[in-house]
Amino acid sequence: MRNDYLLQIEDLHLQREGRQILRRVHLTVAPKQVFGLLGLNGSGKSSLAYTLMGCAGYAPQQGRILFAGQDITPLPITQRARLGLTLAWQEPARFEGLKVRDYLALGMREPSQERMEEALEAVALSPSAYLSRPVNETLSGGERKRIELASVYAMHPRLAILDEPDSGIDVLSLDDVGHLIRRMATEGTSVLLITHRDEMVPVADVAALMCEGEIVRVGDPEEVRRHYARRCRPCEVAEAVEGARAYERF
Amino acid sequence: MSVSEARHPARFGEFEAIVQSFERAGGDPALLRSPKVVSLVISGNRVLGANEVAGVHVEAQEFDRGVRIKLFVEPGTRLETPAHLCFGVIPAEGVQEIRPEFDIGEGARAKFIAHCTFPNALQVKHLMEAKIHVGRDAEMKYSETHYHGESGGVEVIPKAEVRVDEGGRFASEFALTTGRVGKLAFDYVVDVAARGLAELVVKAYGYGDDAISVKETIRLNGEQARGLAKSRIAVRDQATSEVVGTTEGNAPYARGHVDCIEIVRDQAVANAIPVVRVRDDRAYVTHEAAIGTVNKKELETLMARGLDEEEAVDVIIRGMLGG
Repeated sequence: MRNDYLLQIEDLHLQREGRQILRRVHLTVAPKQVFGLLGLNGSGKSSLAYTLMGCAGYAPQQGRILFAGQDITPLPITQRARLGLTLAWQEPARFEGLKVRDYLALGMREPSQERMEEALEAVALSPSAYLSRPVNETLSGGERKRIELASVYAMHPRLAILDEPDSGIDVLSLDDVGHLIRRMATEGTSVLLITHRDEMVPVADVAALMCEGEIVRVGDPEEVRRHYARRCRPCEVAEAVEGARAYERF
Repeated sequence: MSVSEARHPARFGEFEAIVQSFERAGGDPALLRSPKVVSLVISGNRVLGANEVAGVHVEAQEFDRGVRIKLFVEPGTRLETPAHLCFGVIPAEGVQEIRPEFDIGEGARAKFIAHCTFPNALQVKHLMEAKIHVGRDAEMKYSETHYHGESGGVEVIPKAEVRVDEGGRFASEFALTTGRVGKLAFDYVVDVAARGLAELVVKAYGYGDDAISVKETIRLNGEQARGLAKSRIAVRDQATSEVVGTTEGNAPYARGHVDCIEIVRDQAVANAIPVVRVRDDRAYVTHEAAIGTVNKKELETLMARGLDEEEAVDVIIRGMLGG
């Protein structure tokens, strides 16, 4: 096995409330790589993100997660983050009284105005208009998503898990998100891009397809995207055999 | 004593002590010395400094346990710079009763910022019994911020009876988030006439064995009167809190809302009792109250940026109390 991967997931299994959410998940992400994880809603992508981040209630029953060669499976969120792993939530939290400026600064080792402005500009938001705004319900869903991405970018992590960064963002802005992801990789951040929109896949260097908690295909993004578009959208199996395992696998 | 006599040389040292305490709490001492800014500095029951400007009159009368104050803003006056009121008790023990009467004349507009500082308190009682009248189409904003030490030896009892005339606007924000609360018994009652507006906001952060009691009552008595009773409370350790937010819709098209959020940690206990009462079927009053621990998603979001749990909780609570 190569030992130069930034992230290695080995035989990960997750059960929650009696349901098997993740099964036999194997996945590797190399440094500076953009890894696209495709799958329909409910296929387990977000659960994998929470498991990797170490969120409460997402401790795997089996398998391990290696980050830069270190087994982080038992580590709490904070320690994982301090090793350089972070997550942009699909539906980011809102914070009463916390300004965008403070939110961006939280993850930065040495907060600087320049980096904050750079991060907002990277998601096509005007620093003068947003730095002093609160990260609360006065922001639209799309604005909040962009600020979440800016926060991750400002942090300059080693690995950013972006959970559906394209959801809630209009089609015209997808390019902005794509450019940001490539920029992060260029600047040294590996990205695990979780999405159910096949339009996003060309951004990735490698892609995988998840179905019912399993990685069912890994490879060239275009090939995975075509497979997903042809076989999963609309999903032929989910309606026919909901919850069952007795369907033909791809 | 009259305001003009207040700056007696014998009291200068005490004045400086209060000003220094005010400065340590983040205040700008120049404000308390400026002849262009309405100010009043009181330590215990002694008036140490006061200043009036055109259109604003300040009378302060000492008595054995505190000071009676009359603050009158002439009709039509626009106070461009907020008035600063500084109340404190520097010794470890003492009682301070502040009995202010605010009268904001028709069409006038004024903001008052009160700083209450008890940095050395082991057994200090600070009581305020205010009577406030906001005239027709006038506006008064009142902000009161407390700076306490870490002993928890302060008892704070702010009470106010507020009358807002037709088209008047009254907004109050009370914050006790620096140092131990000690015991807080906040009790404001506001009567709002037609087209008037009242907003009450209370923020407090209790820990140790602090005890917080907040009563906010807004009676919307006139047509189209509006009101908001808002509270943001955090308690941890063995602290307790109880918030009773009452809004009454007593007239046609009155609109009111009670909004209470309390965060509870450790063995602390919080109660919230939102009361909405409507006496006119065209009035509309709503409420929301949420008590619980820190939101898990907010917590994990901050931890995913590298904060440990305590740091993340602190950011969330400080944000809620500061916002």
